[in-house]
Amino acid sequence: MTERTQKQKPTPSRTDETVEQAPASAPQGEKLKAELDDLLDEIDEVLETNAEDFVKSYVQKGGE
Amino acid sequence: MAIAKVCGIETEYGIQVRGAESNPVAASSVLINAYVSGVLRTVGWDFHDEHPGHDARGFNLEDVFAPEVDSQLVNTVLTNGARYYVDHAHPEISTPECVNALEVVRFDRAGEEIVRASMHAARRLLNDGSEIVTYKNNSDGKGNSYGCHENYLVDRATPFGRIVSQITPHFVSRQVYCGAGKVGTEFSGTSSKTVPYQLSQRADFFEEEVGLETTLKRPIVNTRDEPHCDAQKYRRLHVIVGDANMSEVATYLKVGTSAIVLAMIEDDEVGTDLTLANPVSAIRQISHDPSLNRTVLLRDGRRVTALELQWSLLERAKKYERSHGLACVGEPVGADVLVRWEAVLTGLEGDHQSVAHWVDWVAKKRLIDAFAERHNLRQGDAKLKALDLQYHDMRADRCLATKLGLETLVSSDEVRMAMTEPPVTTRAYFRGKCLQRWPDDIVAANWDSMVFDVGRDPLRRVPMMEPLRGTAEHVGQLLDECTTAAELLMRLDS
Repeated sequence: MTERTQKQKPTPSRTDETVEQAPASAPQGEKLKAELDDLLDEIDEVLETNAEDFVKSYVQKGGE
Repeated sequence: MAIAKVCGIETEYGIQVRGAESNPVAASSVLINAYVSGVLRTVGWDFHDEHPGHDARGFNLEDVFAPEVDSQLVNTVLTNGARYYVDHAHPEISTPECVNALEVVRFDRAGEEIVRASMHAARRLLNDGSEIVTYKNNSDGKGNSYGCHENYLVDRATPFGRIVSQITPHFVSRQVYCGAGKVGTEFSGTSSKTVPYQLSQRADFFEEEVGLETTLKRPIVNTRDEPHCDAQKYRRLHVIVGDANMSEVATYLKVGTSAIVLAMIEDDEVGTDLTLANPVSAIRQISHDPSLNRTVLLRDGRRVTALELQWSLLERAKKYERSHGLACVGEPVGADVLVRWEAVLTGLEGDHQSVAHWVDWVAKKRLIDAFAERHNLRQGDAKLKALDLQYHDMRADRCLATKLGLETLVSSDEVRMAMTEPPVTTRAYFRGKCLQRWPDDIVAANWDSMVFDVGRDPLRRVPMMEPLRGTAEHVGQLLDECTTAAELLMRLDS
């Protein structure tokens, strides 16, 4: 990813922790969004650094 | 009554070499060799009974096209009863024969871990900083597709025409829960503007309703008639229409529902009123519509959604369970498949997000939509396609699917065990156990036989024409009592 504003990820299990920390009264939609936000932080860190080159170079022969 | 739905999955993985020049055939060979030389002894595959040109409709193409067999390609059989080999330009792994959908999930997951272990082993072997990376998907986004094929044992007595006409509505509509999702389209005349996202990796590639081909003019129902068992009694329905799934529940539903529908067809309990007017365009129309609202035309003039087709099949399956039972697909697994089948259709009818932990295309779409929103990306942006590919990345730290909270059905211990131990329920048990015990005495193996060399001429071929013989129950004690392969052959003779 070219984004430079990546946050540090404290623990590998933080998605689970977020679920526990969410207030019981939080609407389901907001809880899902919080989970997703954490996930996106994590994904920013593992994404292919040059998406365009990666996509272009992923060429397969037909199989079967 | 329908016969036992012995089943399995063959998965071709996408392959890419990073940091060095390489062709995919060589890379696939290195990958598999790294695994077998690092971890296992190798026993070669025996092509004696391979007839990919046989057509279920009664003619034979092998006279026209020689079977494509390259003895240079790596081809090996593992102690869990699986086959691991280079097919065309891909590494491919076939699960051993299984008796229910849950067992297939376990061995499909074991296949993933074998491929992961191969990637690690290859990295050590290559020793130049280059890396072989594999992807459990079915398309490169540029019009090249590779398959994930299912196999189901069916009764030879069932008319093949009935199978074709009655399984097609299921194969066209089941993608609503077992599609793996794809950013963009590879069907000519469409673009990411008209189809930014679709349910299936494969739907763009189907051009015929029925046929023998698997690499061009792909048919929804494949007619390859190569039963790998007693051809008088059985067929092996070779299903090429599915996607490779990252979600265990999706694999479970794909295999579980298809096995039940095939059993219903054998017992003539499906009926003909779900026949589609044009299955080839229907499979694409359904795939291209993530809202799931689009209707397709039936032959009788009605228009139905894919979900309505699936509800009709589920209702019939529940009735079938009451009248016939589900012993042929494994009783508790069959009942559980019905429960999850209903749950997934209910979820897809309402808020799709409610099944994001089961359905690959929903999980992937949720990720892609959120990512696009966060980074303000437009449809067609390469980053979204990169996310799509990386969803299927087999590197544990890079795989996006495993970060999305997909429900699992098998434990990591069960998966680890399935990497080396065969299922106890089919002839794969005999194959796997013999390979564990006497690898030096086995010169070749394939689905329906094993060839032993115990130092006396000629070589001895042990036929295994019944998929449900050679189980732990049948041969466990015999194998325990034999200390050598020669003794085993002698006992089998007597």
